[in-house]
Amino acid sequence: MLATAFSAISALLLIALFIINEGLPFIFRYGLNDFLFSSDWQPQAGKFGIFPMVAASLWVTLGAMVVGVPLGVAGAVFLSEFVPKPVMRVIKPTIELLAAIPSVVYGFIGVMVLAPLIRTYLGGPGLSLLAGSIILGIMILPTVISISIDSIQAVPQSYREGSLALGATTWQTIHMVTVRAAKSGIIASIILGMGRAIGETMAVIMVAGNAVRIPHSVLDPVRSLTANIALEMSYATGLHRQALFATGVVLFLVIVILNSVAIMAIRRRVAKK
Amino acid sequence: MRIHPRYTQRLAIAVLGGATLLTLVVLVFIIVFVLEKGLPVVSLDFLFSNSQDMGRAGGIFPTLIGTILLPLLAIMVAAPLGISTAVYLTEYSLETRATKVIRFGTDCLAGIPSIIFGLFGFIFFVTTLSMGWSILSGGLTLAFMILPTIIRTSEEAIKAVPKSYRQVSFSLGATRWQTVKKVILPNALPGIVTGIMLGIGRSIGETAAVIFTAGSSLRLPSSIFDSTRTMAVHFYILAREGISSENAYGTAATLIIAVLLVNMTAYWLMHRFIAKRT
Repeated sequence: MLATAFSAISALLLIALFIINEGLPFIFRYGLNDFLFSSDWQPQAGKFGIFPMVAASLWVTLGAMVVGVPLGVAGAVFLSEFVPKPVMRVIKPTIELLAAIPSVVYGFIGVMVLAPLIRTYLGGPGLSLLAGSIILGIMILPTVISISIDSIQAVPQSYREGSLALGATTWQTIHMVTVRAAKSGIIASIILGMGRAIGETMAVIMVAGNAVRIPHSVLDPVRSLTANIALEMSYATGLHRQALFATGVVLFLVIVILNSVAIMAIRRRVAKK
Repeated sequence: MRIHPRYTQRLAIAVLGGATLLTLVVLVFIIVFVLEKGLPVVSLDFLFSNSQDMGRAGGIFPTLIGTILLPLLAIMVAAPLGISTAVYLTEYSLETRATKVIRFGTDCLAGIPSIIFGLFGFIFFVTTLSMGWSILSGGLTLAFMILPTIIRTSEEAIKAVPKSYRQVSFSLGATRWQTVKKVILPNALPGIVTGIMLGIGRSIGETAAVIFTAGSSLRLPSSIFDSTRTMAVHFYILAREGISSENAYGTAATLIIAVLLVNMTAYWLMHRFIAKRT
């Protein structure tokens, strides 16, 4: 029992060990600076600078936040404070169910519906930073909404009653009391959503256009770190493959840091209760 | 000029309500869109006949088999590990540094993106353990991926079994293990099954972790050492390489229905479980 109890943590360590073991020697050999900050990605010529992909991942994630966070938090506040409980008991599981829709399906919708709209009305190739941001923004909605609702509902009823008794309106109570009290949980939901956006692969490959260059407008096609790994992994060998694992190391570290911050934020809230 | 609080409130409700409505409309649109385009393609013949010409014609039978086998294998590995971890965390340990580390590891593992699982599975199972692109490699990789889900839901389910059940069992002279086996696990079962269903749901929809570990062979597998292709991977290849948009929609619709059915069963079980407890 004790041996199996450490299954999850051993799994995590095993994953870290193998990814790092395969990627880290490459980073040392190639130089961290050249690897992270050079824009020259030409595997055939032995050039492995992932800066365009780092920039793309950051921009796409930022875009997803701009799309997903306001909608998600607004939805969570509305559902937990203005919607009758029985209705909410139906809507919340429905929204959580949507987290289970495979990412390839979101990507496909992006290709079939969103990209043509962008191409027609805004110009550019359609498959772009903008399309990637919108699709990822939609994909993180269930995460943001579900965890935010939990933390808003965990705010003691007496806080609201106190505020209302002082003559505040419902809305004043929400933005001055409830949302502030639920802040750490809402932030955790945003960070977890961010982790999901950075780590998402298939949907981004399908909608973001995959061009290796630093984007100059939201209509430019981009290739994220995850897309870079998935697109080239099937045929990469030798140094090229090691470079892809090194990309994985960068991604892994970013995600673990983000997750730790989110987990701490959630823990602190629980501890405070 | 100061706007009256009553008007700000109305404005806030309108904006928040609008955002909520937009969210729901977008999410429902995605499902309806895929089902509307895909369901006309789905038929018994589509589900149970072999793929021809790279999936351009014929059905999706081999991918259906792959989609059943991979999650099944993943569950067979992850369920015993996950459930015993949950039993250890709830029944056999006090809150110590060790349990904190286990919980942190579980939460962290839950957030690792699937492409990292794919990379890991490729280098560990496919290459280092030389299992090749196979059902075995894919299933084991998925087992790693769904382990946190199973641990968390099992832990919740076990915690929900009332303390008095344990006290009665102990007072009758049962050992801790007998109590776990005869009292706690049977009572926590619906909750544990919920976790297993959620794990299956996630495995069915997975692409990035599967494509690099189970490969994408469209042939019917004859053993767990053969490569296979799941519906999600098949759909990805059909859509991305523009092989057949008709079959892509059909596969997507089948995939969505499968995932929704599995997840709805999970929620239904959880709901019944909670209703019974309170």
